[in-house]
Amino acid sequence: MVVKRLIIVDVDLCVGCQCCMFACNRRFGEAGISKSAIKVTSAGGVERGFVVIICRACLDPPCARVCPTGALTARDGGGVVLRMDKCIGCKNCVSACSVNAISWDEENGKPIICTYCGYCVDFCPYGVLKLESISGGGS
Amino acid sequence: MVEKDPVSRVLYIDLSRKRFWVRERPDLFEKYLGGSGVAIRLLLEECPSGISPFNPKNPIIFAVGRFNAFFPLASKTVAMFKSPHTGNLGESHCGGRTSTAIRLAGYGAIVITGASEIPVYLSIHGDKVSFHDASALWGMGSSYTVGRVIRELEPSAGYRTIIRIGRAGEKLVTYASVIAETYRHFGRLGLGAVFGSKKLKAVVISGKSSIKPENIKLYREVYSEIFKKLTKSPLMRKYHELGTPMNVNPLNLLKGLPTKNLETAFFDKAENISGETFAEKFLGRRLACSHCPVSCIHLAALREPYESEPYFYKTKMISYDYELIYSLGSMLGVYDPSGLLKLIDEVEVLGLDAISTGVVLAWVTEAQNKGLIGEKETIGLKFSWGDVETYIKAVRFIVDQPNDFFKALAHGAEYAAKIYGGLDFALTFGGNEMPGYHTGPSAYVGYLTGSRHSHLDSAGYSLDEKTASAGKRLTPVEVAEKLFEEESWRQVLSSLVICFFGRGVYTPDIVVKAFQVYGLRFDSEKLKSIGVEILKAKYNFKVREGFNLEKLRIPKRIFETPTPHGIISEEFLRDTIRIFKEKIEA
Repeated sequence: MVVKRLIIVDVDLCVGCQCCMFACNRRFGEAGISKSAIKVTSAGGVERGFVVIICRACLDPPCARVCPTGALTARDGGGVVLRMDKCIGCKNCVSACSVNAISWDEENGKPIICTYCGYCVDFCPYGVLKLESISGGGS
Repeated sequence: MVEKDPVSRVLYIDLSRKRFWVRERPDLFEKYLGGSGVAIRLLLEECPSGISPFNPKNPIIFAVGRFNAFFPLASKTVAMFKSPHTGNLGESHCGGRTSTAIRLAGYGAIVITGASEIPVYLSIHGDKVSFHDASALWGMGSSYTVGRVIRELEPSAGYRTIIRIGRAGEKLVTYASVIAETYRHFGRLGLGAVFGSKKLKAVVISGKSSIKPENIKLYREVYSEIFKKLTKSPLMRKYHELGTPMNVNPLNLLKGLPTKNLETAFFDKAENISGETFAEKFLGRRLACSHCPVSCIHLAALREPYESEPYFYKTKMISYDYELIYSLGSMLGVYDPSGLLKLIDEVEVLGLDAISTGVVLAWVTEAQNKGLIGEKETIGLKFSWGDVETYIKAVRFIVDQPNDFFKALAHGAEYAAKIYGGLDFALTFGGNEMPGYHTGPSAYVGYLTGSRHSHLDSAGYSLDEKTASAGKRLTPVEVAEKLFEEESWRQVLSSLVICFFGRGVYTPDIVVKAFQVYGLRFDSEKLKSIGVEILKAKYNFKVREGFNLEKLRIPKRIFETPTPHGIISEEFLRDTIRIFKEKIEA
């Protein structure tokens, strides 16, 4: 089965405009960056460039492994799917993600999980991001 | 109206009593939009008339608007205060992450009054406001280090802004800047000195709110329309590729690039310090303000050897822009790009306004050449055009102020010239050092009538450039009308708060449409009239503080050096100013 995931083409192309974050936030129809699944921070001061944090769409996702309610489950081919109604907001997934890709929605008490929709890609003016197809087994 | 939109919340902070409170001010934000429109109302409320800019009562006002965090290029924050440099209206705009952080921290404006007894820095994380001892940061040699320390101390990387002053602000240099995120500034009119007078070293602001528009579908549509227009506009490519320094060569070819204290408006070595040269030889990284796809910020990588050790180098990242290349480059006859970068860096390290600093140094050079000042005043420094090392030493003296002469320089070119002579070539307008456009009469009328005495008030230079290339001459009535109209509309943009680079896309029609996203109905005429009202409110503040359009000093030098429109006549400028005055007082 072919599924999609987000990749970073070249982090040095990033200018730190955060337009991807604003785009991700708009998926919820809201302005801001707090509900963004993608994160851009400086690499210790803007002069050193930026860190772009995205969900790697792991084949065997540690975040899903530690979910006590089955709200977060592994997606076929890599990545995870969140069922909001099952999530009790324990934050286990946040601590389990070794690349720090799960943010927290303070307002709703739920994790913010990338849906690999690629909406952010359309708003990255410099080609930092790309949506790519992955087939099961590869990563 | 947008439910729960925190834009009309104003955070008040009293540094004397170390207290803070929030007031809802929908009265201001509904009528005057935000940004400049709200800031001038707050300034009129908070700043008692006639006070010294260093009086603790002088408020520091930061204001954003509805469009910040909503739309691209709405990426600026307005600061208002009484300027220690001109003794009148202080207004300065800054990008970086300032506007996103303030808006998403849940505020439309922040008003800081009082003065602390000990150095402090403020942190504002959403509703949490805290005062921190900044004694260890006070007197720190480099503004870069201050940012570095606070970055480690404070949370919310990626969602925050860190604004701070350098030593120039602490030492009350009246044109000290406030630096945001490194490389962006509330540069002009001395906000840094007002920070210093309050013993306020820095302010960290972070915000993580998310705001629902009234009409989500329309929001996505209008957003995409604006984003597309911006990213496809030729402006975007221009400002991204070379940045603002792309203006160096064209302005020089037009013979409008102020050079050597405007002894000429053509720099034969401009190519050495052009946008093209910097991009080819030094460009190390491009940066953007939060929510701006343009990314006009250009950093040069300067590799410098250590003298003490062979094969040992440091690489510094130094931000360069057109105005800096003009003021610290052509204006001082500096043509060595590495030397110019070192001078720019020193100004950044100390936290000075680069334009004022360059124009002050240009005046010093000419004053010494003419024998008005000697080496006693300059403590042995011998100024000559292009001598970067001497300029770097002088910049340090302006901050350290080891004698009366440098104390005077710390107040700007006009102040020093009143004492030592040379007013005719002290290039200030309304007390503020001139920007880098000797393009013709409209530019100068703009510097004189503009509420901030900045080229960005009414963009007279742009009017000059357009008319020069069309071989056209405007009458005083036409110039006054066009500048008034431009400055009025810019009040709307700076109330929302949109970067002026986006002005071509944010037309009245687009702004009207974007307002519908919030469920707010304005027509473009209404918006324009709000712009006029804001401009008049700023003017009224200035008149209250003693400003008089008829008594403006115009340095003779500008009538001696030809512009692309030929020699400017004083009569033309005075006539145009008189007509402008009638319009703004109508």
